[in-house]
Amino acid sequence: MMEVGLYHVLFVSIALFFIGVFGFFTRRNLVTMLMSIELILNSVNLNFIAFNKYVWPGKMEGMFFTIFIIAIAAAEAAVAIAIIINLYRSHSSINVETAEDLKY
Amino acid sequence: MPNTLNIVLIPLLPFIGFLMLGMFGKKYFQSLGGFIGTGLLLASTILSFHTAYEYFFVYGKVDGVYQQFIALQYVWLEFSPGMQIDMGILVDPVSVMMLVVVTFISLMVHIYSLGYMKGDDRFPIYYSFLGLFTFSMLGLVLASNIFQIYIFWELVGVSSFLLIGYYYDKPSAVAACKKAFIVTRFADLGFLIGILILSYCAGTFDFATLIERLTSTSSNEFKTAITFSFLGVSALTWGAILVFIGGAGKSAMFPLHIWLPDAMEGPTPVSALIHAATMVVAGVYLVARLFPVFAITTPGVLEIIGWVGIVSAVIAAIIACTQTDIKRVLAYSTMSQIGFMMFALGVSSYGGENGLGYTASLFHLFTHAIFKALLFLGAGAVIHYVHSNEMNDMGGLRKHLPITHFTFLIACLAIAGVPPFAGFFSKEEILLAAFEHNQVIYYAALFTSGLTAFYMFRLYFNVFWNKPYNDHGVHHHGEGGWVMMLPLVLLAIGAATAGFIPFGKFVSSDGKLLELPFHLSFSIAPVAFGLIGIGVAFLFYKTNNNKADKLSISLNGFYTAVHNKLYIDELYFFITKKILFNLIGRPAAWVDKTIVDGMINQIGLITQNVSEGIKKIQSGKLQQYAIYFFTSILLMSVYFIYLWK
Repeated sequence: MMEVGLYHVLFVSIALFFIGVFGFFTRRNLVTMLMSIELILNSVNLNFIAFNKYVWPGKMEGMFFTIFIIAIAAAEAAVAIAIIINLYRSHSSINVETAEDLKY
Repeated sequence: MPNTLNIVLIPLLPFIGFLMLGMFGKKYFQSLGGFIGTGLLLASTILSFHTAYEYFFVYGKVDGVYQQFIALQYVWLEFSPGMQIDMGILVDPVSVMMLVVVTFISLMVHIYSLGYMKGDDRFPIYYSFLGLFTFSMLGLVLASNIFQIYIFWELVGVSSFLLIGYYYDKPSAVAACKKAFIVTRFADLGFLIGILILSYCAGTFDFATLIERLTSTSSNEFKTAITFSFLGVSALTWGAILVFIGGAGKSAMFPLHIWLPDAMEGPTPVSALIHAATMVVAGVYLVARLFPVFAITTPGVLEIIGWVGIVSAVIAAIIACTQTDIKRVLAYSTMSQIGFMMFALGVSSYGGENGLGYTASLFHLFTHAIFKALLFLGAGAVIHYVHSNEMNDMGGLRKHLPITHFTFLIACLAIAGVPPFAGFFSKEEILLAAFEHNQVIYYAALFTSGLTAFYMFRLYFNVFWNKPYNDHGVHHHGEGGWVMMLPLVLLAIGAATAGFIPFGKFVSSDGKLLELPFHLSFSIAPVAFGLIGIGVAFLFYKTNNNKADKLSISLNGFYTAVHNKLYIDELYFFITKKILFNLIGRPAAWVDKTIVDGMINQIGLITQNVSEGIKKIQSGKLQQYAIYFFTSILLMSVYFIYLWK
């Protein structure tokens, strides 16, 4: 049985990150894009946890950062969803392309 | 010592009047405005007579020489230590004499206008302008340095502009005020350059210091001023010539005189004050003020001044003979008389007996102010009665306007140089000075004084005699009440008696007492010429006949040319419109439009095109932005990780 090492976790993290980026670039639905951002954030969280556990096992900073990021992600989700709801009210759609006229 | 407070109050009181009437006149003093202005000026006149009395008889003379006093001096603008512009008050015989003339004539005009301008919509504004003018003219004569004189010089120009254009709904008045302003401004450019040259050479703006430095042949400043030269003429001479150009513009000397006849569009009392008695003699005053500098320049700027003066006097007198607008006749006569003052300065030299021309010139300035103001105010009374400026509409007015007729006759006799009226004495001294110095100028002046008598009496007979007056059935008021008659009578008394003032005892080129020479045998020729002029006018115009018309027909071409003012206006138009516009104006406009504007337009166009291109990056597509962001982060990471050294 192989021990789960740092590299395995980093691999998962990188996979998550690029899945998130890919999703963010390709999806047109704002809610899906928001989910992609969560994926990116979580890949970062994984990184923090992994480095904390394998490199500096006696310390707690990685954990704290992770909790901090989760909290921020929650706040960010709240704001983003509020924006999306408003967009839906005015444009009757949550497609990101309908938001293009915001540049004016 | 002079009483500073008194002297400061003299120009300040009209200024207060100007502020008060200018700001609140329309609202609070619609009918009282004139009385406020006149009251303030009366106070100022009394103060200046007091000052003159004190100066000439109490403290002015030390060891038989009139001294210059600086009554007030403070630093107004300091460029560097030693190079500063002061504001000050200079008290010397010339400035005190001018104080009296300016305040007295201005007071007469103020009183007269109470009647003449009665019922005018902008009555208080009119008085505020008069106040502004009086303030600036007094500031000009009291100025203690050349820069201060320039400031007030421009201020009188502005007030003259405002008053010529007083009837601003008349297009001709608007054109005239613009013309006056532009022509005098053009001359003032010369004046400004002259000031800069002289004060640069002397290292000071102050009159006394400037004259002292530029006239003592051993001083460094004098050496610098004559060593620098341009086109073979020394800086000192250039400075003096340029200052004279400024003076010539203001004093309507040929060929910068074209604004003066047109300036008659203003109200008649204004013409009496500004364009006859005070402002137009500012040029004479300026030359007199800097006289030692003019006297020392070689080749003589005074020669130039003399010739410009006599040419203006002759030309103006000839033109005056053919004009039919009575105010224009008087305007040309003013120009001619100022020509007399100018050439009198031109034939003078500094100091002692040789300064006869200087004294004569200022004496003539003094007497001319009185009788010319009287002539204008008389003409104003006539115009007030007839409602026309044209001589043809008048005639036979002596019964209708007895007081005006009598005072006008006195003024005409005074200007024609008939003894014992004022003009006789001053003109006599001028002719004497010319006779001793330059015979050509003397004979030209003699001829001109004959012409003067002729055109003045042509005016007189045409207005008051000739055909009986036809009032066209219009209802008529009287002569215009005591406010209009009082100034006429006072000025007539002045015109009759001012000649007896021993002027040489008060004003001379070096402040010393000068006994004006008087030779009975010498006076025969000028008086004879004057009487011949009057006689010819009597023959031609006393009764309604066609002798004058016959003469003008026999002189056909010459008469037409003179009647059209020798086409000088047309010449100016030709030079400005055809030559200056086409050769300088149009190329300059082309350069401005295509090169200067073109460059700016091109820059604008490039910016616009570039931003058109850049604008596309900002698409509003969220994901596109995200791609830019990630790509740049990626590129930056590559750069920082692998390429950063």
